[in-house]
Amino acid sequence: MNETIFEARDLSRSFSVGSSPLRDFADHFLRDRPPKVLRAVDNVSLSLREGETLGIVGESGCGKSTLARMIAGILPASSGERRFRDEPYESFLARNRDALKVQMVFQDPLSSLNPRLRVGDIIGEAAVLHGLVRRPQIKDYVADILSQVGLPADSMGRYPHQFSGGQRQRIGIARALAVKPDMLICDEAVAALDVSVQAQIINLLMDIKQDSGLAMIFISHDLGVIRHLCDRVAVMYLGRVVELTETEQLFASPLHPYTRMLLEGMPKISLQRRRFMPIQGEIPSPLSPPSGCHFHPRCPMATEHCGRIRPELREASSGHVHACLNIEPC
Amino acid sequence: MTAPFFRVDNLNTWFFTRQGVIKSVRDISFELSRGEVLGIVGESGSGKSVTGMSIMGQIDEPGRIVSGSIALDGEELTTLGFEEMRHYRGKRIAMVFQNPLMTLNPLMRVRDQMYEAIGEHENISRKDMHDRCIEALKAVGIPSPDERLNAYPHEMSGGMRQRVVIAIALLLGPDMIIADEPTTALDVTIQAQIIYHIRRLIDEHGLGMIWITHDLSTLSELADRIMVMYAGATMEIGTTEEIIGAARHPYTRKLLDSVPSRNVPGRKLKQIPGNMPSLLALGKGCPFASRCDRATDICSEPVPAIQLSATHHIWCYHPFED
Repeated sequence: MNETIFEARDLSRSFSVGSSPLRDFADHFLRDRPPKVLRAVDNVSLSLREGETLGIVGESGCGKSTLARMIAGILPASSGERRFRDEPYESFLARNRDALKVQMVFQDPLSSLNPRLRVGDIIGEAAVLHGLVRRPQIKDYVADILSQVGLPADSMGRYPHQFSGGQRQRIGIARALAVKPDMLICDEAVAALDVSVQAQIINLLMDIKQDSGLAMIFISHDLGVIRHLCDRVAVMYLGRVVELTETEQLFASPLHPYTRMLLEGMPKISLQRRRFMPIQGEIPSPLSPPSGCHFHPRCPMATEHCGRIRPELREASSGHVHACLNIEPC
Repeated sequence: MTAPFFRVDNLNTWFFTRQGVIKSVRDISFELSRGEVLGIVGESGSGKSVTGMSIMGQIDEPGRIVSGSIALDGEELTTLGFEEMRHYRGKRIAMVFQNPLMTLNPLMRVRDQMYEAIGEHENISRKDMHDRCIEALKAVGIPSPDERLNAYPHEMSGGMRQRVVIAIALLLGPDMIIADEPTTALDVTIQAQIIYHIRRLIDEHGLGMIWITHDLSTLSELADRIMVMYAGATMEIGTTEEIIGAARHPYTRKLLDSVPSRNVPGRKLKQIPGNMPSLLALGKGCPFASRCDRATDICSEPVPAIQLSATHHIWCYHPFED
């Protein structure tokens, strides 16, 4: 249970912004213009244990989706190291059949499912191609997967547009499960769904986790969903992990001021009307993040060295790390 | 709270499509007082947005308001022509949508868009316009409003844009604002800021507000009263305390129960089985009956309203007792 299935070390990803052939051509002549670089993910290290669900939470622009894509192996890293069961990721991904062990579920099933394929083919195609199941058995195989995600077997003859949003997300999950993955990455997989349907999909993911012991990375901006589903949570802000610990611990005693602010801002069903002034300030542009600790301009605890020193992750207690300079070591 | 100044009575808005008649809004009634936030909550297809568009007189073909009344200070709005309705839109009833980029013109500076909104209804000097714009931007908590006036929409963040849209809605001193999912696309910290400013505006200026959303948690912190809609019909309406603390309708209860923060972490969520019925094939009974575990045969009959208190009404044959 405690073995590491996936590990990221100092993982970074930068994008050059506004680059186009024309711009590159112009830049060639206007040498003095520095290229604009966006560091979407900045030196992130984390690990996922077998059978564990790790949540990654943060606001827009914090790099959580870029991180998800790098973990899924569909986006190369700019620097840093990824290892799957102690093997360098690049050599692991190069073996096509093994690469299937990592699967992803996306936010919008309509744009991630081929509209021209029948559901049966969407789900069964990869399994047949990679020899996980022989073509004559494919119908039974797909029917079995469909029943796992709570869809009737006759869905396989229909097209994605004939389903509702929640059902489409089930198809997206079925597609991922069909190749028997060991690790599933869900990027905002329930964000676009209505509350009642969202609950159905969350329950489905919990069932899958229990039945198959799948390791999962669950990316969301919704702390309520994260709290429900995840064993551990990493909080990200502008490309960096600012706090990582067990879910219970994070909600019971958050350390980083940003985590606290997120928890306070989280809408709760309560009869108490919020009267206090929420923390002001905007999320800075990831193109020009503040110096030192990225959070210091909005931080109520900031002191002058916060703008100068980049805080490294440090351990507050066993398994609870944060990146804040002003928290006394205990 | 003062007496209601705005009333909707038995509103029916239907869409006549080739596939059949979609009854998006069926027999909706509610009222709104000054200084009050009425939350309308529902899932996709519940008719909450169509209700808002009906009030604004913006239902396009093939849809139309089939029957019912919408009255502002006793004046009937459903019978007004397009030109007459323009005097109300923006001036007396303003609307804020989910996506500010759809509302704002990408080619115009904030200043020009705000001036245009004022100029459409009033003839005042540029100096007065300027002062009013600054005041509106300040009211929604925009720092350095002078600079923002010169900005284009793309130069601002999503939260800032939405504040500008709300500021434009405030410019003409409307009696009420209809906000359709105004903070849904925003991050939680930004959402908390906007809700704080909205609540202050409502309390200080005595505005009436209809806040349309799918998010019960936001409403529980902001709204005075909540109306719960499902498949075009009202299920339950009451004060926030009555809906959040003492819901009696099975759908409201289930909706509240399926919110993750109301469940024990790590345990299965209480889910509502099935899907919303097609709006093309609704019977005369309760639309929730097919997903409701309390439903019996009588639920396929038209459901009368039950009054539980002066403010609390439900439409259900088998409500919870307490």
